[in-house]
Amino acid sequence: MIELSLRHRLGTFRLKVYLELPAQGIIGLMGRSGSGKSTLFACLAGHTRPTTGYIKLGGRTLFDDALRVDVPPARRGIGVVFQDGLLFPHMSVARNLAYGAKTRGTDFWHEVIDALDLGQLLDARPGRLSGGERQRAAIARALMAEPELLLLDEPVSALDPGLKARTLDLIARVQSRTGIPMIFISHAPHEVRRLCERVVMLQDGQVLSDTGPDPAHEAQFPAARGTLCAV
Amino acid sequence: MFGLSPMEETALMLSLRASAAAVLWSLPLAVAIGWLLGTRRFPGHAMLNALVHLPLVLPPVVLGYLLLLLLGRNGPIGGALYDWFGLRIAFSSHAVVIACAVVGFPLMVRAIRQSAEAIDPRYARAARSLGASEARVFATVTLPMMAPGILTGITLAFARAVGEFGATITLAGNIPGRTQTLPLALFTVTQSPGGDADALRLCLLSLALAGGALLASEAITRRVTPHEVRP
Repeated sequence: MIELSLRHRLGTFRLKVYLELPAQGIIGLMGRSGSGKSTLFACLAGHTRPTTGYIKLGGRTLFDDALRVDVPPARRGIGVVFQDGLLFPHMSVARNLAYGAKTRGTDFWHEVIDALDLGQLLDARPGRLSGGERQRAAIARALMAEPELLLLDEPVSALDPGLKARTLDLIARVQSRTGIPMIFISHAPHEVRRLCERVVMLQDGQVLSDTGPDPAHEAQFPAARGTLCAV
Repeated sequence: MFGLSPMEETALMLSLRASAAAVLWSLPLAVAIGWLLGTRRFPGHAMLNALVHLPLVLPPVVLGYLLLLLLGRNGPIGGALYDWFGLRIAFSSHAVVIACAVVGFPLMVRAIRQSAEAIDPRYARAARSLGASEARVFATVTLPMMAPGILTGITLAFARAVGEFGATITLAGNIPGRTQTLPLALFTVTQSPGGDADALRLCLLSLALAGGALLASEAITRRVTPHEVRP
């Protein structure tokens, strides 16, 4: 279970979120730009210290200002994937994957590489990879650390439609094969609908809804509907 | 060697040795300060920045004189070193190294700081979320990504140190075989009747050294900079 009750203030922006989510499958976190998705991502990952509140994962307190608990990112057991992958450019893909891996060459190691179709790319440098390959490698790198939860921050938004569809399918495949719960952050309803059973909608720093994908949300993003057709 | 007189050869070797020692001794501090200035904001940031860059704008003779006040027999540091260890700094080969280090230091810090600033902080966040400690993040992610800046800084500081004149002659004097570096030897021959040919030869030698160092810097930087990332 992911439990969080957070208040965070950043200039004039205020995030006020209460959520209880099952730590299973892929949960969508949607919202327009400036809705608070990235702030929530940073609070969960431990990159930003919330003003007040708590974060618990599987019963373990990761942050609680009342108890003065603030587990550092390295010990949270939460993996992160950024929009642009951010593979370490001076390391090969294999070294990137091994960076957080508990051990190399295990069944899990091969499972992730196979699920994300990275077998041919292990010796390549990140600079030689396409955008889609880079994102797949970044997802694999985060999974190799065997996190309790994986946060994906707009992982396919910079990809072209064909590549986006394939990468989304691979994310679904690797989630079902590894069983690691994921939170998929996106502003695009078609991406979330393709992947997620449960969707949390943020608006102006607050939870607008916490449901399955709702066709009504689609109407709010007419531009995205065109992309859906292209996918 | 290359038709140099023994005096010129000694001056050249002294310049090279002193410049290399100056760069090596100041490198760890330059990396630490460059990284600190480039990635952290703290009270006194502007003051530290100004202090580090002071040797760039001060006349070298002023710098040499200030160093002489500090490191001379009657200075607070020089006096203590002599009393405790019997070590004389002023007018010794140590003084040449110190003068070279001080004038090259801002160039080294500047290049390292720029490379540290250019690193997306999310690389370090990704590494932390993979379980890496702060020390490991620095050693395996930040430092390698700063490598082009470090190498550029080393080369620039070395080239500056080889050409150093004002601070050296003030702090170390112009003692042949002991503190007479290449620029000091050049100065000496320009003051001697009929020394034009020697002066021109030393000029060309200085040009070759400085130009070679800059070309080497360019080549090394290109070699270690990660390949451009494909879209």
